[in-house]
Amino acid sequence: MLRDITLGQYYQTDSVIHRLDPRVKLVATLIFIISLFLVDNFIGYAVAALFLFMVIKLSKVPFKFMVRGMKAIVFLLLIAVVFNLFFTPGEVVFSVWKIKVTKEGIYLAAFMAIRLVFLIMGSSVMTLTTTPNQLTDGLEKLLSPLKKVKVPVHEISMMMSIALRFIPILLEETDKIMKAQIARGADFESGNLIKKAKSLVPLLVPLFISAFRRANDLATAMEARCYRGGDFRTKMKPLIYQKRDRLAYLVCWGYLLLCIVIGKILF
Amino acid sequence: MGIIKTDNLVFEYIRRDEEGNVEGITRAVDEVTLDIKQGDFVAILGHNGSGKSTLAKHINAILYPTEGTVWVDGMDTSDEDKLWDIRQSAGMVFQNPDNQIIGQIVEEDVGFGPENLGVPTKEIWERMEESLKAVGMYEFRKHSPNKLSGGQKQRVSIAGVIAMHPKCIVLDEPTAMLDPNGRKEVIRAVRALNDVENITVVLITHYMEEIIYANKVFVMDGGKVAMEGTPREIFSQVEKLKSLRLDVPQVTLLAHELKKSGLPLPDGILTKEELVTALGL
Repeated sequence: MLRDITLGQYYQTDSVIHRLDPRVKLVATLIFIISLFLVDNFIGYAVAALFLFMVIKLSKVPFKFMVRGMKAIVFLLLIAVVFNLFFTPGEVVFSVWKIKVTKEGIYLAAFMAIRLVFLIMGSSVMTLTTTPNQLTDGLEKLLSPLKKVKVPVHEISMMMSIALRFIPILLEETDKIMKAQIARGADFESGNLIKKAKSLVPLLVPLFISAFRRANDLATAMEARCYRGGDFRTKMKPLIYQKRDRLAYLVCWGYLLLCIVIGKILF
Repeated sequence: MGIIKTDNLVFEYIRRDEEGNVEGITRAVDEVTLDIKQGDFVAILGHNGSGKSTLAKHINAILYPTEGTVWVDGMDTSDEDKLWDIRQSAGMVFQNPDNQIIGQIVEEDVGFGPENLGVPTKEIWERMEESLKAVGMYEFRKHSPNKLSGGQKQRVSIAGVIAMHPKCIVLDEPTAMLDPNGRKEVIRAVRALNDVENITVVLITHYMEEIIYANKVFVMDGGKVAMEGTPREIFSQVEKLKSLRLDVPQVTLLAHELKKSGLPLPDGILTKEELVTALGL
């Protein structure tokens, strides 16, 4: 049950996008997000939509997985649309009682909605096609210039990947402790918010103790296997740019250029 | 000199109160002198708190002796320059399989040790393949460790150690958290390593059935080596083992009781088959 949860939302299949270097995907996502804020007309959004659609098609991930990520932001989306729609001053299109809907309001609301939807879909494509491990690897490599200013990039990415590995283990442990405390008469369900928060103490204390114990064990095990930071290490799966990665970069930068042209120069 | 040698090894835990004053000193290991030869299968037995795990941690240079010396493959473990060489030649497998697997995929975990040693990428893959095959876990190389059974996880941990090409492996109660099937799997893998690859094995355990494959057994009690010999020599002394709060295998115990009641049986029977032959059935 808890054992089977998948982290992030990686969708296992074999596609061009899956095989891309994680660094390319991280940079491409960033470019896509920037592009969404560069364009402010429908032609620009049409180009963005076309680009996104092409990438989704190439990734072979079913469209419904993209939409799934949207559920989390439905509320935010609604607020953004409503506020923009009703509170933007300008040329009134129609009004009901005291509420006026303006032409500018409709435009702004539509742009905001498109931006948010594309933003979530764009980043979903990345998380759906990249394993958490590849992501941390990609981040480590991308941020490695920061090592020069003493940022512990390797250590941060090691911490991230260990955290990812231990999330399911700690979840299982939480479940176990919860059952053990329920068997001793603990009550996690009833009462008001404060009472509920208080009832978490007998769950959190043993969980923390066990997490620290695990951390200590793991540190010893890592040292026993000669772990001594990132300096001497070689990589089992080194990130090396292939031809397709360079091509993907080219496409991304081309797309960004197009967006700049459409957004700033043509109109 | 053997692969692992200790000379009058003493280790003391210093207990401190909240202000940091010394409350008391516990001698966990007390004047232990051992000599283990390359290719040996050594078992170290003892009940909880007998100092066997503390002794094991000295072999991997996780702990340093308070007095005396430990040599691993001719290197003194208190020599800091040799620290990483020692840890590479003496691999260590711990009790809890969940707390020693670092990778999120089996193959990545096995690659972790060689990565730390700076082995070239291509060779890491070769080592991963050969060590997973040696413990019979190759077909699981793409799996997440969270979905494996305890015995399988422990075999992955062993593979992770073999991939570093150690001369000796120290296993600190590797089967304590496993079910009987898992225990058998792990012990079978360890025996194969010893037989086929000629890797020195130091197995620390409190399960008697696991030590019958060893060619030398040390029994520890109160930090000292209380008994020393082949499994047969050790199991001949049922009364002494009982006084050290250790159980003997059921068959050995049965043979011992039969002998006490007057049946002419040899000492130190280890397996069912031996007992059957000895009884002439």
